[in-house]
Amino acid sequence: MAVAVWAIAFTRNLFSVVVLSGVYSFLMATVLVALDAVDVAMTEAAVGAGVSTVLLLAALRLCKSEEAKPAHKPWLPLAVSVSTSVLLVYGAWGLPDFGDPEAPIHKNVVPRYLNNEVDVPNVVTAVLASFRAYDTLGETVVVFTAGAGIIALLRRRKKNPDNKGGGA
Amino acid sequence: MRDDLVLRVVGRLLIPAILLFALYVQFHGDFGPGGGFQAGVMAAAGIIFYSLIHGLVATRRIVPDWVVETMVAAGVLIYASVGLAGILLGGHYLDYSVLSSDPIHGQHRGIFWVEVGVAVTVCGVMLKIYYMFASRGGAED
Amino acid sequence: MLAHFTNVITVFLMVAGLFIITARGNLIKKLVGLSLFQTSVYLLYITPGKLIGGTAPILSPAYTVYSNPLPHVLILTAIVVGVSTLALGLALTVRIREAYGSIEEDEILALDHSVEDDEARESH
Repeated sequence: MAVAVWAIAFTRNLFSVVVLSGVYSFLMATVLVALDAVDVAMTEAAVGAGVSTVLLLAALRLCKSEEAKPAHKPWLPLAVSVSTSVLLVYGAWGLPDFGDPEAPIHKNVVPRYLNNEVDVPNVVTAVLASFRAYDTLGETVVVFTAGAGIIALLRRRKKNPDNKGGGA
Repeated sequence: MRDDLVLRVVGRLLIPAILLFALYVQFHGDFGPGGGFQAGVMAAAGIIFYSLIHGLVATRRIVPDWVVETMVAAGVLIYASVGLAGILLGGHYLDYSVLSSDPIHGQHRGIFWVEVGVAVTVCGVMLKIYYMFASRGGAED
Repeated sequence: MLAHFTNVITVFLMVAGLFIITARGNLIKKLVGLSLFQTSVYLLYITPGKLIGGTAPILSPAYTVYSNPLPHVLILTAIVVGVSTLALGLALTVRIREAYGSIEEDEILALDHSVEDDEARESH
């Protein structure tokens, strides 16, 4: 995965960048399966490797697929990134250990979720649609809004005189 | 890419499987991994795959624009109206326990319809985005 | 060290995304960097939820230890929202390309400055 990230940062042909990011998404999905997040892995494989690769390619077709040579030397961003990472790693030492069952994240509301109150074996679905239904409603509205925004940005007004509904 | 025999045959084999798997993921989401978000994305991916092989025009004949745009809005409305149904039946907004005489059964019913709403919106938005990008570039077959 | 190895990976991915966003001028490259950054956030949420010896949170009588389902729910929706916002960003990029003929940040800024200079000259 580190190799894929490195290649994404330093490849100048955008087509290979997009394909590499698809590869990266699949690797990420396998990591997520190893971390027991099967639902998330499924979504990541379908969205990250499938849909977003296609969208990036579709956008590339409308733009130039070669990146210009960077005009500045990347020393300032590099310095910012390295110092941020040092700070974050230092901060990470205060977090609970990996896989620690006594960590606060496992203590508050989660035992209730795992209690199977609504009799749905897949706890992720139960929490998504029942316990946290307001969250999911909000997310759905966000997706809807993004769709509406894209319609507003990319709709062609002249060519479709009989198609007036919606954005723009 | 229309004349590529391998692509056409593989596509013909795979696309029904993808769509069927999307439905399985949707309705089996209570018991295994899956749910509305995944199912919506997969169905959209299947249709996008079809359009990559057969072209945008052919896809628009099967899934026209007005269907996609209706799906975008209908999913959110389904979700919101499940909440309103909870209020009408004497509960709180998005309270599924009152949707049936048995609270557990009511919860199942609520989760089912909410997932349907999510899947419809997600699928519609993904398709709409793809149509928008693909039709932008002018004469593509 | 091993206890925090996952956090180190997360930080590495996050910083790589940050570096791409800040150092590269191409708008599509920036968006790819942004999604890298986003995946690091997925890891940040998912890794604390993992329990050693736990299984995926799908209840069955055969298991008693499950990983934490709550981060999974949050990230599941975040991924789909992420792709929608990525698409919105791409749409903006396409419009910028149509308006300026370029998706390089430096060239766009140079174009903007030359326009401002012209306006300043005309007003004198």
